Amino acid sequence: MSTPTRKRLTTSAMIASFVDEGQRTTPAPFGHALSRLAEERPEIVGLTADLGKYTDMHVFAQDHPDRFFQMGMSEQLLLGAAAGMAEVGLVPFASTYSVFATRRAYDFLCLDAAEPGLNVNIVGGLPGLTTGYGPSHQATEDIAILRGMPGLTIVDPCDSVDIEQAVPALAEVAGPTYLRLLRGKVPTVLDEYDYTFEVGRAAELRTGRDVTLVSSGLMTMRALSAAERLAEHRVDVGVLHVPTIKPLDTEAVLRVGRSDRLVVTVENHSVVGGLGEAVASCLAFNGVGRDLVPVALPDEFLAAGALPTLHDRYGLSTDRLVRRVLDALEV
Amino acid sequence: MTATQDVDRAAPAGPSFEDRVRRVADAAHRMRHHVLNMGEVQGQGYVGQALGVADVLAVAYQDQLRLRPADPHWDERDRFLLSIGHYAIALYAALAEAGVIPVEELETYGSDESRLPMSGMASYTPGMEISGGSLGHGLGVGVGMALGLRHRGVASRVVNLLSDGELDEGSTWEAAMGAAHHRLGNLTAVVDMNALQADGPTAGVLAIEPVERKWEAFGWHTVRVDGNDVPALLRAFDSLAEADADTPRVVICDTRIGSGVPLLETREKAHFMRIDEHEWQIARDQLDQGAQR
Repeated sequence: MSTPTRKRLTTSAMIASFVDEGQRTTPAPFGHALSRLAEERPEIVGLTADLGKYTDMHVFAQDHPDRFFQMGMSEQLLLGAAAGMAEVGLVPFASTYSVFATRRAYDFLCLDAAEPGLNVNIVGGLPGLTTGYGPSHQATEDIAILRGMPGLTIVDPCDSVDIEQAVPALAEVAGPTYLRLLRGKVPTVLDEYDYTFEVGRAAELRTGRDVTLVSSGLMTMRALSAAERLAEHRVDVGVLHVPTIKPLDTEAVLRVGRSDRLVVTVENHSVVGGLGEAVASCLAFNGVGRDLVPVALPDEFLAAGALPTLHDRYGLSTDRLVRRVLDALEV
Repeated sequence: MTATQDVDRAAPAGPSFEDRVRRVADAAHRMRHHVLNMGEVQGQGYVGQALGVADVLAVAYQDQLRLRPADPHWDERDRFLLSIGHYAIALYAALAEAGVIPVEELETYGSDESRLPMSGMASYTPGMEISGGSLGHGLGVGVGMALGLRHRGVASRVVNLLSDGELDEGSTWEAAMGAAHHRLGNLTAVVDMNALQADGPTAGVLAIEPVERKWEAFGWHTVRVDGNDVPALLRAFDSLAEADADTPRVVICDTRIGSGVPLLETREKAHFMRIDEHEWQIARDQLDQGAQR
């Protein structure tokens, strides 16, 4: 019996690229943005828990070695110490992987930073499904874990433009923040739109008569690609980008919810407790009853493997998103 | 009561050792009364622990810390972090004796609208630097404060009071490692070794000895002292000046639950010590008899 030879994709580096072919990118936007901000604001400091190179914090560390603090593989200390630094007037950005910031060190973010309302900025790498290394590193429920924390601002940026603008904006927020980090060669998409990041504001990137995709994070990039492709099917698709998950831009969400279009929420996160449920509760609590189509990761521990394979398998690829919208429209 | 001094600790013309001992011991005695009075109003509270740690807190607030009682947010103050938020009753007594809060306010302890809740919270009480209670947080926050103050060129010290039970928490040891790695000579940990935690004697809950060797192995300048012996405590804190300038310091204080009140010292050890209504006055009388001896 012969086995047909087929090209198998392999699990790539820990931080696999989700960049589409031909996509423009910008290197290490977070690290460079923090470095630039630090030149203007002397109170900015950076900390990491043995993941400087993997969260682009190394760019800041190289530019400002006296303002960079390596805490070792000690996430409880990372967040406790960041809070202590904020207590004495500094503005810390603390980076690690999202899984460690949320699952392992929750109590420290909650009681040391959020309860006193300190300006502590957590930067979480590998949010959602952005690595093929399996559940130990895939923060598929980070937003679900954090949304219940009073006073925490949660930002899920789409691309390098979002990140570059979010870093100074988050430093301005008086209380604690959590940024879902995209690192390395990060897609550059939003400069083609009339777009400015504002904390707590959603942005209508394109309008459409038939469908609105309500998206956050890297899925906004997929939503924009899907909208182009759906136009070929004569489906007119709008995209509402919601980079701030909390506080949610309820006005923008209600406007979309009250329309007669198909509304699809699109997120790189578990279907439990993320953008989709935030939108659903916003609509229900405001008396807007309607159908929503959730595109999100399943409520499961996900498989290991090559990222493009996994995005396709779990519904995050542009192909799957297009198909899902067509199915919902019964086209 | 004179408040804690805003003066250079190393001032050569300071009070004599005997004067310092008397000042601390007198304050500790009054603090114990405050604790019994607060405990009686609530009918509960960590009275046994608070009596045990009173001498340590008196040394801190009467002799060691650089504070401006009327300005609890003074940027150059020493920071005292109470990890063990449930020991708030003890710290309120110390803050009252230091002049940070009025002694009369202690009557409101644990009442609605009071600035003195049962568990210490920074947003409620002047001089309460952090909201403790979830154990294993204070030392990590202290590491950040010490790093931040040094980075800003502020010479303040950071002192964290933690309990022996808190040595069970892995985060305490993450912080201990971090403090030594970052050479935080401006950080002092004070461990209240009262040998008791929620489920019983510390030794039976989770063996933590040898405590001194653990801290030494983590790179800390370590001293161990009888935490209810005021002259010994003062000498121990004075000896910290001999540590390398960039080595964090720990003072391990063996304390007796209920110290100063024989009725409570000899009672069966319990995390929440039961004290009957009629016993509060007996406790106060025993405290005064002890002070006269």
